[in-house]
Amino acid sequence: MFDKRELTSIVKEKERWERETLEKTLARFPERLPEFTTVSGMPIERLYTPMDVEDLDYVRDLGFPGEFPFTRGVYATVHRGRLWTMRQYAGFGTAEESNQRYKYLLEQGQTGLSVAFDLPTQIGYDSDHSIASGEVGRVGVPVSSLRDMEILFDGIPLDKVSTSMTINSTAPQVLAMYFALAEKQGVPLNKVDGTVQNDILKEYVARGTYIYPPEASMRLAVDIIEYCYKNAPRFNTISVSGYHIREAGATAVQELAFTLANGIAYVEAAMERGLPIDDFAPRVSFFFACHNDLFEEVAKFRAARRMWAKIVRERFGARDPRSMLLRYHVQTAGCTLTAQQPYNNIVRVTIQALAAVLGGAQSLHTNSFDEALALPSETAVITALRTQQIIAHESGVTNTVDPLGGSFFMESLTNKIEEEAMEYIQKIDAMGGAMAAIQRGFYQKQIADSAYKYQKEVESKEKTVVGVNEFITEAKVPIKLLKVDPEAEEKQVERLRRVRAERDGKKVKEVLKKLRRAAEGRGNLMPFMLEAVKAYATTGEISDTLREVFGEYKAMTIV
Amino acid sequence: MGLERRVRVLVAKPGLDGHDRGAKVMVRALRDAGMEVIYTGIRQTPEQIVEAAVQEDVDVVGLSILSGAHMTLFPKITRLLKERGMDDVLVIGGGIIPEEDIPAMKEAGIAEVFGPGTPIETIVKYIEENARMEKEL
Repeated sequence: MFDKRELTSIVKEKERWERETLEKTLARFPERLPEFTTVSGMPIERLYTPMDVEDLDYVRDLGFPGEFPFTRGVYATVHRGRLWTMRQYAGFGTAEESNQRYKYLLEQGQTGLSVAFDLPTQIGYDSDHSIASGEVGRVGVPVSSLRDMEILFDGIPLDKVSTSMTINSTAPQVLAMYFALAEKQGVPLNKVDGTVQNDILKEYVARGTYIYPPEASMRLAVDIIEYCYKNAPRFNTISVSGYHIREAGATAVQELAFTLANGIAYVEAAMERGLPIDDFAPRVSFFFACHNDLFEEVAKFRAARRMWAKIVRERFGARDPRSMLLRYHVQTAGCTLTAQQPYNNIVRVTIQALAAVLGGAQSLHTNSFDEALALPSETAVITALRTQQIIAHESGVTNTVDPLGGSFFMESLTNKIEEEAMEYIQKIDAMGGAMAAIQRGFYQKQIADSAYKYQKEVESKEKTVVGVNEFITEAKVPIKLLKVDPEAEEKQVERLRRVRAERDGKKVKEVLKKLRRAAEGRGNLMPFMLEAVKAYATTGEISDTLREVFGEYKAMTIV
Repeated sequence: MGLERRVRVLVAKPGLDGHDRGAKVMVRALRDAGMEVIYTGIRQTPEQIVEAAVQEDVDVVGLSILSGAHMTLFPKITRLLKERGMDDVLVIGGGIIPEEDIPAMKEAGIAEVFGPGTPIETIVKYIEENARMEKEL
């Protein structure tokens, strides 16, 4: 970006500055730390100059937003054109209560929905299964049958809202319920907008809601990818997620590398099925965390866009630019929230949300300040939504595209993150890809090491956590937490029993038998899922049918 | 004078919750503090946890849960431990547990609950001072 003569003179000037100015300052005021690093431990220099981006080629490495390699943004105008989707992850108690929360959030200016399902639903157990006891409606909404889905979206037309669903091993049946509901509402599938997480690989590593062995799970993931691009072209068929990997303790580089490596595995699986890259890749989306280190996070997002574009074009031969876009949702980092002095979390969330926006996010969830204590209360979730609205409408950061682009520091950090993440991806490739690396515990070990290192740094106060290891106050702030209705589980179980009693039992048996036969074969299971959920076969019954065919994954524990 | 037996700890994840960053950090930290630590892995039923506690003959059971199902699962675990004659085992808990639930937890036999942000040292010290030690050789 600079000519040689100019660089030589900058080098000289820098040496002079070090001699004449810096040394004197350091002699009188030594710096606070021997080494400065990002939250993830990446070393940071005192000052960045053109020398740190000497080899940067503007057109090749940055280019223009909306064009390869998309470093500056996936669309030409980014947030000048359309703001990101404000999408708060929510769901608790029963379908009725969650429906109320969704309507409230929409009234308050939220622009998309994001459904949190409870753990039994995510792991394929009906609400009345003994293993579900105490877990129904706790971390999300229970959806055992199409009836629950109907109540969840009562009064919410599916052609007017985009819905993101955090669902993985039971994604086929839950998505089928959503599509069946669209049909009931008279909304054609090509008008249904949203995202299904459908990212099973990271469940084996970080989140833990797996059911079946990896091969069968990958087949189901590709079934969704294939079914959607043929039938629901506006739906994001997968959201390859780094969020949970980061929350489990990974560094920013590990989060990025493992996510993209997983993305590569899904693309390969879909291509092995014979799907043309430019048919399905445009609906592949991503999901990242945003931690406290603003510059590191912005650099991560910029590097992610450039890396994915190159991977999809060069490795997989995509030609359609839409295939190359790394479109992503961000959630602020839950692991940074503190139970102590909970109002401080509003400030943390603001910094993290700002980084997500400066990084060019398409969609954002801001955590509520009380989430180290419980599921968010209404007051807390509104504060979180307002944080996004203030950034969007008051701060001015949306006025120009990629405002940090061109900063010597930002470009240097973006390059460094790309370089280190690429090294990981090459290592994973050498192991035989993401699935092989996960099966030998490579991700898990790396993440656990990083988590322990971080904790030790907090314990030794190398890392300051305000209100936790420094600036501690004994005084308690009164705070009103959300309490999940203790009768929710009972109500839900009651409804499920009614559904079972009222449906055509013979029909259910028949559709499950058909599903079983299809699972024993090789075809796409989605049409059978749709048939099953329309007959009110339950989440648990469908999962059990597949458990019989596929078996269950035997967990591997790596500390 | 005899050889001092090392404290044996079972770190367990009851219920369907898969968040085990905290549990894994505790496993390593307690090992670094010189304890023998067994980790159950995620998604364990109360029966599986109690069986592991009996088989491994542990002095301490550390339960980690972030899913909100503690009110159902913790008391069940302490009850089953008692039934298996392990009522002298020190049972402690951690995770996302609202303060107002803590009295009920203690009543159910959970000796102490350590919330988010608790220094590891506090937990190590607590175990050292309270774990059953009558099995010294």
